[in-house]
Amino acid sequence: MNRPALPDGLVVVVKRECETCRMVLPVLSQLRASGVELTVYTQDDPTFGAEIGALHDGDLSVSWHHDIETVPTVIRVVDGVERARTVGWLRTEWEMVTGASGLGPDLPDFRPGCGSMSVDPDLVDSLRVRFGASTLSARRVDVASAEDEFEAMFDRGWTDGLPVVPPTEARVMRMLAATSRAPSDVVAVVPPDLVEVTVEKVAINAVMAGCKPEYFPWVLTAVEAVCNDTFNIHGVLATTMPVGPVIVCNGPGTRAIGMNSGMNVFGQGNRANLTIGRAVQLVIRNVGGGRPGEVDRATHGNPGKISFCFAEDEVGSPWTTLAASRGVANGVDAVTVFPGEGPRCVVDQLARDPESLANTFASCLRTLHNPKSVLAFDAVLVVGPEHARVFAEAGWDRDRVLDELHARLQIPGTDLVRGANGIAEGIPTHLEGVTLPKFRPGGILLVHAGGGAGLFSAIIGGWANGDMGSTPVTREVTR
Amino acid sequence: MTTLLDPTNEKRALNMERVGRPESLSGLNVGLLDISKARGDVFLDRLEERLAEMGANVLRYKKPTFTKPAPVDLRHEIAMNCQVVIEALAD
Repeated sequence: MNRPALPDGLVVVVKRECETCRMVLPVLSQLRASGVELTVYTQDDPTFGAEIGALHDGDLSVSWHHDIETVPTVIRVVDGVERARTVGWLRTEWEMVTGASGLGPDLPDFRPGCGSMSVDPDLVDSLRVRFGASTLSARRVDVASAEDEFEAMFDRGWTDGLPVVPPTEARVMRMLAATSRAPSDVVAVVPPDLVEVTVEKVAINAVMAGCKPEYFPWVLTAVEAVCNDTFNIHGVLATTMPVGPVIVCNGPGTRAIGMNSGMNVFGQGNRANLTIGRAVQLVIRNVGGGRPGEVDRATHGNPGKISFCFAEDEVGSPWTTLAASRGVANGVDAVTVFPGEGPRCVVDQLARDPESLANTFASCLRTLHNPKSVLAFDAVLVVGPEHARVFAEAGWDRDRVLDELHARLQIPGTDLVRGANGIAEGIPTHLEGVTLPKFRPGGILLVHAGGGAGLFSAIIGGWANGDMGSTPVTREVTR
Repeated sequence: MTTLLDPTNEKRALNMERVGRPESLSGLNVGLLDISKARGDVFLDRLEERLAEMGANVLRYKKPTFTKPAPVDLRHEIAMNCQVVIEALAD
């Protein structure tokens, strides 16, 4: 619907329900009597202001398109352009905007206004559809009244195997309101079909995943973070290995949207954690065309391929954050994406000194994928608070922990070559005399997360790393 | 009735007719694409021997990594030079 133009002169928007609007009615009569060009719009009762010729903004089109948030609002329009505006009743402001003097001499100097009906939470979703949906370009799919819409979405192959929220225009418009980006903006090119995905299509899939609008900037950023040659979601999707995008979130925004970084951090029960990761996977499925059994060739997969997203516990951490270690300023929201398999638990209930605990971590990390595999895979080490405390009390910072782990993960070639220790797998025999590191430099990503009780940590194993496969990507969240 | 917004890319797959199968490989340029998986070259070396015996002119190509699609320039080069291509997936 086109934006209705405002007539020149003074434009005032009121509603009968508002006490301040009723109070200023004599002022409007006073302005009318002075001969000034005056157009009054009433939002609720069409008879309100009839004596001054008020027009009924019955569909709230004028109010919506001219961003009326408070009634009364007074706007001065010259040659079709808004020149000044005031809201509520403040005599000095009204006199400045209208150019009149001596307005409402019997009235108090100031009265606040009331909320405009066009921003009424009960109406705003339907108004957004009425006035804004025409900006959406997605194909409309009508589901007949006798049809079960949830079954219809399963039948169309739109889901990951779990029910999805029906992406109605109202829900999608509400999601889009959480970003400053235009619906038609291209976010990324999504493999495997290499299709440009717009903000609108990401919003549709975010609705289906169950996201609240405030999660949407995180979803957009995560989609950008995985869909590029560095992270290589094409390969992460297509591989026979059991990996998917693991999304680690940092920054105060994680707390603002209620993400879980504590108890059961990888588990069920937190809407933000579960739906942000799910939305990314639905984009890859529905827009990129990446479906299991087709381009997704995983031998086993893992349950995290539905969603694997969590926040770092920054408040309780003795260390700098993961994002900070990857170049993001403190206090800035960011996501780091890692091509990861399911988490495995590291148990050490007796370690009270950092050396002993580092030995346990190194021993467990050593077995990743195969005890004889070196340099090929990265890992996320998620240190639980009780384990982190052991390091913190000894004064080991992030770099010290990582240095100590890497030092313990230098493996002699005699243990790695093919056939050694009765295992055919291994590196070529001519490397027998060489000592090799389990991980490349920077190949361990340290994160602090988990519940406050339990001397446990977790390891998330990676996938083919570097230029050959995938490199973790960190991106700041933009709104 | 509920109206939903389509979450898919709304693309239609393009149906393209296959090139006819050659009667013989003799004298044809046959491309062998190594996808860079370990030991794929062992398989392709043997194929090259067999194809050469059949009179094919074998051209070898290699993707930089098996985890990514072949670069567009490489695909174009193969399409321009070869009548037949064999892609090796091996481990």
